[in-house]
Amino acid sequence: MRQQQFEAENQALWDEIAQLMDDLQRSRSKRRLHHAQHLGFPARYRQLCNHYALARSRGFSPALIDQLHGLVLRGHRLLYRQQGGWRWRVLYFILGGFPRAVRRNGGYFELSLLFFLLPALLMGVGCYLQEDLIYTVMDEYMVAQMETSYDPTNERPGRSIERSSETDFTMFGYYILNNIGIGFRTFATGILLGVGTLFILLFNGLVIGGVAGHLSQLGYHETFWPFVSGHGAFELTAIVICGAAGLLLGYAVIAPGQRTRVQALREHAEESLQLVMGAALMLLAAAFIEAFWSSSTLQPTIKYSVATLLWLGMALYLMLMGRGDHGSR
Amino acid sequence: MQAGVTEGRSIEQLDTLWRYEIPEGVLLDFRLAGPVVRACAWAIDAALRGVIYLVLVMVLALLGGIGTALMLIGFFLIEWFYPVVFEIHNGATPGKRAMGILVIQDNGVPVTPSASVIRNLLRTADFLPFLYATGLVTMLINREFKRLGDLAAGTLVVYRDEQHERIDPPSAIASKPPIELSETEQLTLLAFAERGENLSVGRREELAELLVEQTGLQDGKAVDALYAYANWILKGR
Repeated sequence: MRQQQFEAENQALWDEIAQLMDDLQRSRSKRRLHHAQHLGFPARYRQLCNHYALARSRGFSPALIDQLHGLVLRGHRLLYRQQGGWRWRVLYFILGGFPRAVRRNGGYFELSLLFFLLPALLMGVGCYLQEDLIYTVMDEYMVAQMETSYDPTNERPGRSIERSSETDFTMFGYYILNNIGIGFRTFATGILLGVGTLFILLFNGLVIGGVAGHLSQLGYHETFWPFVSGHGAFELTAIVICGAAGLLLGYAVIAPGQRTRVQALREHAEESLQLVMGAALMLLAAAFIEAFWSSSTLQPTIKYSVATLLWLGMALYLMLMGRGDHGSR
Repeated sequence: MQAGVTEGRSIEQLDTLWRYEIPEGVLLDFRLAGPVVRACAWAIDAALRGVIYLVLVMVLALLGGIGTALMLIGFFLIEWFYPVVFEIHNGATPGKRAMGILVIQDNGVPVTPSASVIRNLLRTADFLPFLYATGLVTMLINREFKRLGDLAAGTLVVYRDEQHERIDPPSAIASKPPIELSETEQLTLLAFAERGENLSVGRREELAELLVEQTGLQDGKAVDALYAYANWILKGR
């Protein structure tokens, strides 16, 4: 069959498909064709693929092949795209998917926890016993700022003099920008053989432990611990989870197993994304608590009881939620 | 999604064409975007982001505490999710759109939300130690110009192939070529006929005269002869 004949016979089908695809690309409410016509799309698309293959193998002209290639490409994108339903997916994710993902990667979580908690404890005890050890991880300006923030005479605990006039809202924004950013960086730098993640975990462990030890040694318990104990349940756990996600990425590059490194990386990236997104939501909650609850000047006993509830709730959520749906653990 | 489908391969060593076999058994061709065009796209986006930052600061500074909070949250969203929002919407940030490139999955479908988030979070690692040095090195050592984020997300950056308006070859009285032509030769003739009208007259004639030994013709007559052969290949007698 000559090209001209081929085109004359099939042009109507190609026009129809192009029209169908135009319609399918419109949002649902703006579509003009009937649903029954949309249902015919896959069959027509496969016919189009057939024509494209024929045109190629028969050596028809480049312009025709280009035209058909363009149509097939559009069809491929339309037919195989992923769309919709994300609101429900977010809800299911919070109710079960996320804690399950954390439990599936318990080993990475524990390793991450170790790299965070161990330096924090060591530095904490060190700074409690020795006054000037804190200067090994923070400069003088930062130490001074941190000391004034938790000075019992400070009316707004947790805020340095410069920040004391900031509203709770402002601090909420600041915690989001800063803390979720740290979480994302902890995850992303894991792809460099896990080194970046370990470094960030270690460094944050040292600083946080050091600050806690130093302030306790100064006798600022009354301001420091009630302030941090509440949001710490969300914030510290989330940072450790981000660390676990980063280690998961790094491990794919170091030990891909029976897969190519790229394949292993892709699989681990998808898994670790769940951890990071969950942790980001936790950090959002932590920012909210830190800005509006931790900064309040209620009795320490009230704050400690709420903190206990938050820690307990977090532990139960991560350990128990999402178990049992279709036998999942 | 990948099982049973031939992995895409760059065809011919010096070409950046990426060929992928779709489930229907036909091949799709993509032209991969290299580091330079992607750097240009990034620069455009960086400038645009700068403008958005400025507008945010100027507008929200008037609102006091809540304004500052919104500004900081805005900074956070722009830093991490500016590319994600655009890529999910139509596959390209404004910078990429301006440079005529877009992000797709490496099986040819539009980039998925989770892949877009992965590739953009991992920018942090690609950026290290300065100005995407890690990303550039990674792009240069694999065939598909993927930076770390693309490797982990399974995405490709390709040129947006614009559908050109088809120009029909000028119709002429079909005449049979004087010698038997191979398939490639026939395709070359068709390509000449379809694209000839876009060339200048001089260039068109120059190309047609390459066949002076076969046709024995020169100038416009050589061009017309080739059009006639092309018509014969298309329509038969």
